[in-house]
Amino acid sequence: MAQYETHEHDVIVIGAGGAGLRAAIEAAAGSVSVGLITKSLLGKAHTVMAEGGVAAALANVDERDNWRVHFADTMRGGQYLNNWRMAELHAKEAPDRVKELEAWGALFDRTSDGRILQRQFGGHRYPRLAHVGDRTGLEMIRTLQDHGIHQSIEVYMEHTVIRLLKDGGRIAGALAYERERGRFKLFRARAVVLATGGIGRAYKITSNSWEYTGDGHALAYDAGALLIDMEFVQFHPTGMVWPPSVRGILVTEGVRGEGGVLRNKHGKRFMFDDIPENYRAQTAASEEEGWRYTQGDRDARRPPELLTRDHVARCIMREVREGRGSPHGGVFLDIAWIRERLPNAAEHIKRKLPSMYHQFKQLGDIDITKEPMEVGPTTHYMMGGIRVDGDTQMSDVPGLFAAGECGAGLHGANRLGGNSLSDLLVFGKRAGEHAASYAKQARPAQADAGEIEQAIHDALAPFERGGAEGPYQVQQQLEETMQDLVGIVRREHEMVEALARIEDYKRRARQCSVCGHREYNNGWHTALDLSSLLTVAEAITRSALERKESRGAQFRDEYPAKDDRYGGFNVGVRKSAAGSMHIERLPLPPLRDDLKQIIEEMK
Amino acid sequence: MAQATFRIWRGEGDRAGFQDYTAETFEGMVVLDAIHQIQAEQANDLAVRWNCKAGKCGSCSAEINGRPRLMCMTRLNQLDLGEPVTVEPMRAFPHIRDLVADVSWNFRVKKQIRKFKPRPADAADGTWRMVQKDADRVQEFRKCIECYLCQDVCHVLREHRLHEEFIGPRFLIYAAALEMHPLDVENRVQDLRDRHGIGCCNITKCCTYVCPESITITDNGIIPLKERVVDRFFDPLSRLFRIFS
Repeated sequence: MAQYETHEHDVIVIGAGGAGLRAAIEAAAGSVSVGLITKSLLGKAHTVMAEGGVAAALANVDERDNWRVHFADTMRGGQYLNNWRMAELHAKEAPDRVKELEAWGALFDRTSDGRILQRQFGGHRYPRLAHVGDRTGLEMIRTLQDHGIHQSIEVYMEHTVIRLLKDGGRIAGALAYERERGRFKLFRARAVVLATGGIGRAYKITSNSWEYTGDGHALAYDAGALLIDMEFVQFHPTGMVWPPSVRGILVTEGVRGEGGVLRNKHGKRFMFDDIPENYRAQTAASEEEGWRYTQGDRDARRPPELLTRDHVARCIMREVREGRGSPHGGVFLDIAWIRERLPNAAEHIKRKLPSMYHQFKQLGDIDITKEPMEVGPTTHYMMGGIRVDGDTQMSDVPGLFAAGECGAGLHGANRLGGNSLSDLLVFGKRAGEHAASYAKQARPAQADAGEIEQAIHDALAPFERGGAEGPYQVQQQLEETMQDLVGIVRREHEMVEALARIEDYKRRARQCSVCGHREYNNGWHTALDLSSLLTVAEAITRSALERKESRGAQFRDEYPAKDDRYGGFNVGVRKSAAGSMHIERLPLPPLRDDLKQIIEEMK
Repeated sequence: MAQATFRIWRGEGDRAGFQDYTAETFEGMVVLDAIHQIQAEQANDLAVRWNCKAGKCGSCSAEINGRPRLMCMTRLNQLDLGEPVTVEPMRAFPHIRDLVADVSWNFRVKKQIRKFKPRPADAADGTWRMVQKDADRVQEFRKCIECYLCQDVCHVLREHRLHEEFIGPRFLIYAAALEMHPLDVENRVQDLRDRHGIGCCNITKCCTYVCPESITITDNGIIPLKERVVDRFFDPLSRLFRIFS
């Protein structure tokens, strides 16, 4: 008999980034018992890395903004594959969620009349991102954390969930291990909220932290939930490229929002050469107009550097591929040039972009107030994830909810910058609220003892094997395969090759062994995370193969254009009864007439 | 390829000590890169806490050549690689294993500090008005990434082990951020003296020196808080004033 402790809650939330914390706070407000399980220490989740801001149509800087414009911007950015109900709720509710944070102690930058300041960002028609310099994510997670610790939420730090448990068709809890001592714990619950974030560790060059191993995606998939949009992985156009140690670390879009420009090695602003038709009317015709936009001129249109992330990333790739890149395989991002336009430019840059200044100075020996940065695309965000109901955030599995990056729908084929911080607030709250009300009316659920026994047995297997290979080599090779074969530009034969390699990694992952014992053993943790990464990698590759067109974040070399035949469905991924991965096409529900009209008006 | 030696604290309890590992070095490398290389190739079970590897989450705190630092922000070109580079867990907290310390005390302390309590909203829509200058002062403190290096270096905690009496620089800064928040109306001054042990701090400024976010912990945070405590409890005029008012 395996040993484990049992904990009982009405709702458990898995993941304590912005979405998880917001969900836990809301569930606790619904007077149910809440457990919050987090893989790392509280307040360390990937939300701390968000820099630019949180998108909400507060209209503090430009009164022409409202939820309709935000809705239309989000749908346009997502190439209309979005769950329109989520896009609607998100645009309507984001302002209240931001104001609520202020009531909990967040201190956003201010306008001259003392309200919350908003900045320009790619794909947003008006200045919309509430921010705190370039450390908005830290401000948000700290505010939620400091508020949350007073809300009678039981927090389980450094615990990793390895299996969701079901009672018949519905959720009954989760099985986890405590990282510190290696003990297993059963969390019995009537509702579970997944808020585990993204999958960036499936790629070699990534802005994501170690935790981003797609646990929620894999847990939900194994529990029978449907994943959608898994082909849409966002590569942020500007990650650091040099020195090698920092490759992939994010350089905020805020640099471009403050007037930073992209140049190739000949000094040319190449983004003006390729402006997509559906954005032409909103894009500056000259460098002069683009500059005026970044300085708040309401009659100017945005510079092409602020086009959507998928497009900018591909333009950078093109410059590099055609031999016009920077010395270390990127392009130049120049904010120092604004000294031609502004007095005290150096001070201005340090005040607006303090962490960028600090990051380049300390890690790259570069003073961004004096010289350009070298940047290139980095794996940043997963649009795809668990399919949920737009209103309640419940998945196909009764009692299983998802919010934030591991959920899917809001962003469609491509996410706009700033829409993830608002996503996790709006849908974190909704998931917490609906999980609490579900738990109140649900009958107690019983997890199957045999299943728990089996899961513990499987988790401990790496200690028993004594094989030659450890988990790190398999993980590194998987990262390289995904980077090389299922990255920004995708080709059929390469992805078929990737699938074959993934099969091989799965076999090796089943055989890999770990040394030492169960107490704080990073090797063991990696061996267990690997299984989630492999599921996610396969789902991305199979979904990408299914969509034979280029749309949003997916670019297929053989099919470089958007194809209307692929515009009417999401690609779904489900585990078949036999355990293999099944791909299906899910037709989009028809758009409500009033929302259709908004999109037409804003075109 | 160049190599460097890393003398890493391994093990737990009385079965712990330094062990030497060699890692290959490359341009721009930081200590955390070396730890990862060693973990992947030579010591799969090496315990280390890290998350973002970009100086933003404050997870990979350690003592490098005896100095509290973030492993992800310590570049090898700042260190003398002619000697082994020592890497140890933070010593002001109980040890768990290898480079991981038990920092849970910090989370318990934070809960004891009275939470944010805003004044009534300024506008009918439930929002407030603040000038940037007032926000700036507090934003400095809110840059804190909770790496606890300031707690680690503080002699009150590290040498005197007064964890039960003193909340340490991190939480004095947290209290300062709340006390100086333009909207906050809670009063924490009495707690600072009676429960949080602000008197234990004798302003050696070690915390400020190790802060990776360059927060002026003592001058901008702790000293103004000490002044508030002094004004409240020790200023004879204001004491008289309170008695008769």
